[in-house]
Amino acid sequence: MKTLVLFAHPALHQSRINKAMLKAARGVADITVADLYADYPRHEINVEREQKRLLDHDLIVFQYPFHWYSCPPIIKEWFDLVLEHGFAYGHGGEALKGKRWLSAISTGAPASAYTPEGRHHFTLRQLLSPVEATANLCGMPFLAPFVFNGSLSANNTARDEHVAAYVRLLTALRDDHVDIERARRRELLTAADIGDIMLQVTHG
Amino acid sequence: MDSLLFEAFIYLAAGVCAAPIAQKLGLGTVLGYLAAGVIIGPLLGLVGAEAQRLQEFAEFGVVMMLFLVGLELEPQQLWSMRNRLLGLGGLQVGGTALVCWVVAWLVGTPWTVALAIGLIAAGSSTAIVLQTLEEKGLMRSDGGKASFAVLLFQDISVIPILAILPLLAIHGLGAETATAHDAEKGLRLLDGLPVWQTTLLTLLAVAVVVLGGHFLTRPLFRFVAGAKVREAFTATALLMVISIALLMSLVGLSPALGTFLAGVVLANSEYRHELESDIGPFKGLLLGLFFITVGAGIDFSLLAQHLVLVCLLTVGLIVIKAAVLWCVASLFRLRGSDRWLFALGLAQAGEFAFVLLSFVGQNGVIATEMARMLTLVVALSMLVTPFLFIVLDRLILPRMTEAQARSEDQIDVVGVAIIAGIGRFGQIVNRLLRSHGYETVVLDLSAETVDTMSKFGIKAFFGDAARPDLLEAAGIGEAKLLVVAVDDREHALNIVKYARQRRPDIHIVSRAYDRLHVYDLYSAGSDDIIRETFDSAVRAGRCALEALGKHPHEAEKAVGAFVRRDRRSLLRLAELYDPDIPPMQNQPYVDLAKRIRAEEDQMMTIKGAEKRNEIDRAWMPPPVTDKADDA
Repeated sequence: MKTLVLFAHPALHQSRINKAMLKAARGVADITVADLYADYPRHEINVEREQKRLLDHDLIVFQYPFHWYSCPPIIKEWFDLVLEHGFAYGHGGEALKGKRWLSAISTGAPASAYTPEGRHHFTLRQLLSPVEATANLCGMPFLAPFVFNGSLSANNTARDEHVAAYVRLLTALRDDHVDIERARRRELLTAADIGDIMLQVTHG
Repeated sequence: MDSLLFEAFIYLAAGVCAAPIAQKLGLGTVLGYLAAGVIIGPLLGLVGAEAQRLQEFAEFGVVMMLFLVGLELEPQQLWSMRNRLLGLGGLQVGGTALVCWVVAWLVGTPWTVALAIGLIAAGSSTAIVLQTLEEKGLMRSDGGKASFAVLLFQDISVIPILAILPLLAIHGLGAETATAHDAEKGLRLLDGLPVWQTTLLTLLAVAVVVLGGHFLTRPLFRFVAGAKVREAFTATALLMVISIALLMSLVGLSPALGTFLAGVVLANSEYRHELESDIGPFKGLLLGLFFITVGAGIDFSLLAQHLVLVCLLTVGLIVIKAAVLWCVASLFRLRGSDRWLFALGLAQAGEFAFVLLSFVGQNGVIATEMARMLTLVVALSMLVTPFLFIVLDRLILPRMTEAQARSEDQIDVVGVAIIAGIGRFGQIVNRLLRSHGYETVVLDLSAETVDTMSKFGIKAFFGDAARPDLLEAAGIGEAKLLVVAVDDREHALNIVKYARQRRPDIHIVSRAYDRLHVYDLYSAGSDDIIRETFDSAVRAGRCALEALGKHPHEAEKAVGAFVRRDRRSLLRLAELYDPDIPPMQNQPYVDLAKRIRAEEDQMMTIKGAEKRNEIDRAWMPPPVTDKADDA
């Protein structure tokens, strides 16, 4: 699948996991990686260009840190402006139909916080439901979000593992080596279990 | 007159032919000049006796070179060099003199003569070494710094050596002592004064240079620069160097040392870069002349007569000096390529040896015949030096590990931004860069502006940034970024053109006067072009919109859209712009400009569903019919 990663972090110099993931994604051949805050430092999103970019790809990956149970503001603005009526939804809005949607999220709190008994009371999937609904309205199959939990307390090993898994996942998606149906049925994807959705083991 | 012109023609022609060819062949200009001297002197016989006289004159190039080196060295840096200066320099001079003395004495020279030879052999050639280091960009390497420290110490050591040498004549040949002594000291002011007075006057002279350099030069330069007469500034710079040299000679100090000191004092001055680019060409020409005269002065008949002996002496001298340098370098923890550079680079005898040899020859310390032969050895050792550098470059350095090369790259290299023009525009850029920790070098044509800036603690230098040599001095060779913020259109264009040609990879941000200037700057190779009044006019427009009642965010969006549209139309118009036709006579250009203006006006008059411009498109609710479907 032609893969587009739309990345956003409002304070990249303070990021550890997202910065490393961005760098690694840029190293994957034949996929497109866009840093939205670099493309639009003054939030002047070029709607034509973004729509064209969507049309040119089959899989859209939104990679960002989870802030206040939501996305960085430029992603929301991007949704508002790019996913226009008549393009992404509504009457005649079928341009994105069938393209796959993957959210690649990092959270500061550990996974245990995102449970009914945990600190945040809701599961990640519940909190991500607006994103899933957005994908649904655009007719885009929503893959299980690829999550890195506990970024505030993570050690280097955990980060390295996640970055390696991200590269593996992007590569497999690019090469159509992922079982899309299985990926859609899962709750979440983490570095530990992406092997479960692979169609075959790929070498190199 | 004719003979003067002819001489000038011969020397200039030799230099013009030799230096570029030698440089192209990768041999360095020093070797080119030396070879040119050998060709026009001993080989073709075009120049003769005047070479000696010219050489004394050309040695002034060394004085200028040390002034320039001083300009690069701030007082703190000089102070931090003190251990190396005394340690490395002292050990090198003492060690070389001692070993040469013992060797000369062992082969049967009387001990006084041997000591004179040792002292003369201790010096190295400031001209050759510094010129070569500069050409190769090695001045800031560890080996380069150490070499410089030693050369500086040698310059200081000349004073006691000059005092010791006449004493040796008592046991020597003792012939024409008195007359030669008088001739040498003809210009000196302090003869016959008691020691304490001499010392006092010497210290006073140094104080004059330091304090004068610090307090007097600034008003003087400001006054001269204010007159805006180019050659007057050059003349002032030359006058300053020459008067310091004169003062130093009068009190018996080395002129080179005096101007070096003055250079260090001026290293913090805002006129530094202008001084560099004014003195630089004179230094280059004089040093070139000096090298040519060294080549021309080689006495081939004497060489043919004592071929084996002279060659042996030359090789012996170089081997001894290199060995001593190597040991001293090891003591001071110079490693790898730095140690090689230090040991081979300084292994020749210096230009001061010529002076000393004629001095001791006349003083009768050494027999005239021997002095002539030693002069030949000194010249040959200089001639060999460029070859030693080639050996170093081609054979030794490639074998050094890559790891070392990498660590050397980082020494003292700072990513610098050059800002040309520090008026109302450049100041803002400069403040922004400096507040984020970036080093800037600022140039401005107005001495008054530079002055004002200095009062606010901003480092600014006086000079015309359109002059290539000034841009060079400001570091265009290494800088990452050039901001062209001057207000003169042609000036800005010239700076951008030169910078782009000199450094295809540098990023250039430039200030444009208007649209047409934008096109010119673009074709000159500027990366970012900022119209000087555009952004402020747009902000004023936004304030006006708000004042007229538009919601601030709507005003902001309107302004953003306006700017983007303007940029697009600028790009469209740029394609039709022809620098040779005035825009008003360029019909396609005028037509497009009219069409764009019409499109702009139309945008406001379109109503309803047709209104698909980018402002209204954003956050536009879906049509009512569609909403019903969704619900």
